Amino acid sequence: MATHLAGTHRMLADWRARARTTGRWRDDEAKLGALLLGPAVVYIVALVGFPFLLGVFYSFSDASVGSTSLHFMGLQNYAAIMEDPTFWRSLRNAVVFALVSQILVVVLGKILAMALYREFRGRWLIRLLILLPWVAPISLGAIGWLWIFDPIYSIITWTLHALHLIAPTDTPVWLGQPGLAMLSVITVDVWRLLPLATVIILAGLTAIPPDVLDAAQVDGAGFLRRLFLVQLPLVMPVMLVALLFGIVFTFTDMIVIYVLTRGGPYDATQVLASYAYFTGVEGGDLATGAAISLFLFPVLAAIAVFFLTMARRAEVV
Amino acid sequence: MATVETRRITKRFDGHAAVAGIDLAVREGEFLVLVGPSGCGKTTLLRMLAGLETPTSGDVLIDGRIVTHVPPRARDIAMVFQTYALYPHLSVLKNIAFPLRAMGMPTKEVESRVQRAATMFGIENLLKRKPRQLSGGERQRVALARAVVREPVAFLLDEPLSNLDAKLRTSARDELQQFQRRLATTTIYVTHDQVEAMGLGDRIAVLNGGRVHQLGTPAEVYGDPEDTFVATFIGSPPMNLISTPTAYVGIRPEHLLPMQAFSSSEQVLPYPLVSQRVENLGADRLVYGTLAPPHPTIKVISRLPSMLGVEVRLGERQEFAVRPRDVKRFALDSGRKLDPASA
Repeated sequence: MATHLAGTHRMLADWRARARTTGRWRDDEAKLGALLLGPAVVYIVALVGFPFLLGVFYSFSDASVGSTSLHFMGLQNYAAIMEDPTFWRSLRNAVVFALVSQILVVVLGKILAMALYREFRGRWLIRLLILLPWVAPISLGAIGWLWIFDPIYSIITWTLHALHLIAPTDTPVWLGQPGLAMLSVITVDVWRLLPLATVIILAGLTAIPPDVLDAAQVDGAGFLRRLFLVQLPLVMPVMLVALLFGIVFTFTDMIVIYVLTRGGPYDATQVLASYAYFTGVEGGDLATGAAISLFLFPVLAAIAVFFLTMARRAEVV
Repeated sequence: MATVETRRITKRFDGHAAVAGIDLAVREGEFLVLVGPSGCGKTTLLRMLAGLETPTSGDVLIDGRIVTHVPPRARDIAMVFQTYALYPHLSVLKNIAFPLRAMGMPTKEVESRVQRAATMFGIENLLKRKPRQLSGGERQRVALARAVVREPVAFLLDEPLSNLDAKLRTSARDELQQFQRRLATTTIYVTHDQVEAMGLGDRIAVLNGGRVHQLGTPAEVYGDPEDTFVATFIGSPPMNLISTPTAYVGIRPEHLLPMQAFSSSEQVLPYPLVSQRVENLGADRLVYGTLAPPHPTIKVISRLPSMLGVEVRLGERQEFAVRPRDVKRFALDSGRKLDPASA
């Protein structure tokens, strides 16, 4: 017993001595903070900051894939794209694509989130299934959609025929007709971004104290009044963040369009991101490509500032 | 104003009965307190009255009309939640106006009613603020104003004072009772705090395990408990229970006094005591001790008013006694009150 106690005492003394000497740098929040932030800073500088500055530099030059020479061109590239009708078309398409798909995503996401919010048997399974499009690789999902939109074997066309919604002789070319092509890429974008929005909004709904919704019921509010006067205002900050994510994703991403239509037919689904890629990388004109993609930067920055301010203003708790 | 009634009402959650067949009749304008330990089913019962839970079986009646399947918004009742459940995104004004707007009341009328309710609770100067800018006591007033503004037929209050500090709670209790008396609206109040229950209720329903153990005035529940649960739950410190071969003998701490406290002509039952510890509470002293033979050696508590200048000697046997009429007896098996005659 006595030896055991002595052992314990020694252990404690050792521990105290060690705590006094080694605890220093771990307790220094400034140093520890810098150390922990380090990897993230390196990552952002190397993979976001440097390419961004390189892009800015290229956009003022005549850089191209095939040449090692580089000259400062001032605003010439920007002036050139202003003259380019395809650029304006891509900009308009990008806005339509992002706005229509994101409005659909937010509305459908809210409805889905409300359905999933309720307790029911097998809810976890449904939640899992809804998340699947988000975890599937985008390009693989898009290739799947390529088959769904196939002009001959399309399951959509088959279903419409089977339900006698269109004439048997009528075979829409989903990705080949301008209006239908935009509709198709929007559909796929909604399919892809809906899970994320649903999960974000669901988190927002779950954060509303149940007592508040109960109080609204007792206070005489029916479903619509509860939805528009209590639930929606309370999830608004979260919904704005979901919307911001969606808009930025949709504006900057081109995988869906690259896989499904490559911007066609006749640039009907060409957006700025895809146009920049085709011009700069596939076309080899790095300078113009950089100018096209940079055009979006101030627009997206303004959108982000706007939404974050709105979200903060709508925040209540 | 209305009567509120439940008939054989039960609520089962996953096979467990939270409320097990309660018959309750609240009179018009009455202040009824549902009191019991946590998990006794009191909140579930209140939520069934509000319509926020559907009973597994049985009925809820408001003013004699069965409303079991009527949604909460059509029951014309108001509820104050433990968390107050104010709408965090709305100003105090809009919070109070919410039930009126839901009724579709014209704006002019809404304004004057909100003003009246705000004046009643002394919160006219807070109308523009958001709930997060209010203190606990102010939030509680806003919640009460939101409840009274509509002049509902009944108020349901779920532990509305439990988030206030002790001092504020006492004054809020007093105000609450005055408002209730003034409005004379049927009120059902849930609490786990027996002091609150005794102080507020016209009648108290003591709940445990989903059943009502006793329904009566505070004096009845305290002075004549139906069973050992009520005897030990109501009163602080609780009633001393001494098991004898024939029954449980119940003695309130304030009735177990030193022999000197009684006049010599009075006939009393001796309960000698060995004191272990004395707690001085200011107005009272609590004496913790063990009964001495011939009684079983059981720990008991005696509450002596400070005016009673009897010296308590720790560790020594001292003569304590009880008036025969202050001795309650309960059955050993069921714990139910035994008739004084059968004792």
